Amino acid sequence: MPTEKRVPKLTAAPGFRTLFIPLFRDPLALIGLILVALIVFSAVLAPHIVPYDPNKLNVHYRLQAPSGDHLLGTDQLGRDVFSRTIMGSRIALKVALISISIASALGLLLGLLAGYGPKWLDNLLIVFFDTVRSFPTVMFALAVVTLLGPSLETVILIVIVTSIPVYARMVRTQAQSMKNNEFILAERAMGAGTPRILWFHMLPNVVGPLLIIASMDIPVVVTIEAGLSFLGLGVRPPTPSWGTILNDGYSFIRNTPWLVIAGGAPLILTTLGFTFLGEALRDIFDPKLRKVM
Amino acid sequence: MWIYLLKRIGLAAIIVVIAVSMLFTMIHMVPGDPLSVLLGPRATPELKAALAERMGLDKPFAVQLVTFFLNVLRGDLGIDVFSERSVAIIVFEQLPFTMVLIIFAITWSVALGIPLGCYSAIHRNSFLDKLTGIFSVGTIAVPSFVVAIYSLLIFAVALKWLPAIGAGKEGNLLSQLEHLVLPALAVGLGWVGYIARLVRASMLEVLGENHIRTARAFGLPERSIIYSYALRLAILPTVALLGVGIGNMLSGAVFAEIVFARPGIGKLIYDAVITRNYPVVMGSVIVTTVLFVICTTIADLVAAALDPRIRENL
Repeated sequence: MPTEKRVPKLTAAPGFRTLFIPLFRDPLALIGLILVALIVFSAVLAPHIVPYDPNKLNVHYRLQAPSGDHLLGTDQLGRDVFSRTIMGSRIALKVALISISIASALGLLLGLLAGYGPKWLDNLLIVFFDTVRSFPTVMFALAVVTLLGPSLETVILIVIVTSIPVYARMVRTQAQSMKNNEFILAERAMGAGTPRILWFHMLPNVVGPLLIIASMDIPVVVTIEAGLSFLGLGVRPPTPSWGTILNDGYSFIRNTPWLVIAGGAPLILTTLGFTFLGEALRDIFDPKLRKVM
Repeated sequence: MWIYLLKRIGLAAIIVVIAVSMLFTMIHMVPGDPLSVLLGPRATPELKAALAERMGLDKPFAVQLVTFFLNVLRGDLGIDVFSERSVAIIVFEQLPFTMVLIIFAITWSVALGIPLGCYSAIHRNSFLDKLTGIFSVGTIAVPSFVVAIYSLLIFAVALKWLPAIGAGKEGNLLSQLEHLVLPALAVGLGWVGYIARLVRASMLEVLGENHIRTARAFGLPERSIIYSYALRLAILPTVALLGVGIGNMLSGAVFAEIVFARPGIGKLIYDAVITRNYPVVMGSVIVTTVLFVICTTIADLVAAALDPRIRENL
């Protein structure tokens, strides 16, 4: 079958040929790569790209339509929407990077404990994971925001708590299936301690799939941040976030469509870009994961 | 099956107990006076005294937790500070609006997703299959609240085809249906892609099985093979997924209800968060969580009834 020929063998470490050639052949993956590159690029270089200070008010030019001076128009306070949109990419990626790194590290630890540790600990952790997953995400987020107050840190905390069970469950399944593999049994017969087995033998085998799943979570996290900020319960104004721009736009949706378009478009492009790229990378590195998700 | 049934329901009960305890503990871990935390900043001294007595705040934490559970079991979720009405009544007044929205969203996404998935599987690698693939990934990725705001902008503000806000006039079915279209579109769109994708994958698997080959050898028409033999099996993963789907749709419904200013549990909890009305927030989170656990449990039981292999995994 022609589709299966494109998937390279996983014997060697992925180099330029194994990684990039299949990526460039798949048009969706290429679009994803370009979008992601564009977003990361604009987030990193944001202070050098923006034509105006994103928080500078100019009440004489409120709710302007796009023009040569203001590429995406201005908002209800006369701030340049293009500058705010570009700066918003920083918040989105910052939340995604921080929370996913912490959540996957903790998920890795708890997952290994559950998968390799004693049975009672496994049962305990599984019930804990299932409990956390039993809250509908947004409801849980709203409850936490009510108690802790809205802030960037609260958003990060919510994402960490709700993502740990997903990562931990996946690591646990992998650790369990590896536990009785011959090479682990052989290690143990040679007198290797639990830390050594976990660190040198389990970890390298579970980190790959975990990284793929974690990177595919980036659009989900970006959505949660923007969603909470849209509700006015995430990033505090005047910090520019795509969610707060959407919120401003929603309030003035009958005056101008541009604010809503400017807040929503980067969200659509980001989620699409990371999803297209993530799916392509998953199929290249670990086609078996397709069934998990 | 009976053992599985009991075990699964037992697990669901344990999860609900732990979840409610977690919520209860969370309020008590917040620094400050638990009374003003529970009742919000605008509570009157009389209300505070009444609540302190009712909750037994001078008693140890464990006793308080048990009392709280007994109250929840009796259907007593506390009193709303502002209207001084029972939180349980307020929540169950709003719940039907959200359930109608979710049922509509599920119905249209299943009605479109399953045929799309079947078509893609049968006409594998055709142009429409590839288009469906891109459409699926796209709709799954795009946040539902962006879909909600954009559809509000396009269909209600710009084209004025459909009403923008509210749930329609009471008693006027047509007006209520009109008000359901856009929110149901926003909540269900991602699920069309998800279901199409899942049905396509499981249909391809089923079509390769022996009994389908036998049916073909007997000369049965292709249409009846697909719809009466293959689909019956290929639909299983979708059934299991819909249980989890309800939870996601509850989250999506929060946004849809806020964007379209529809009454419902999402709007209720959001307004309660804004006014720091803690009893209503707690009550709605508890009710939706229990609802979600019930849905996932039913989905698991249905899946286990249809496929005996699942029963061994608990």
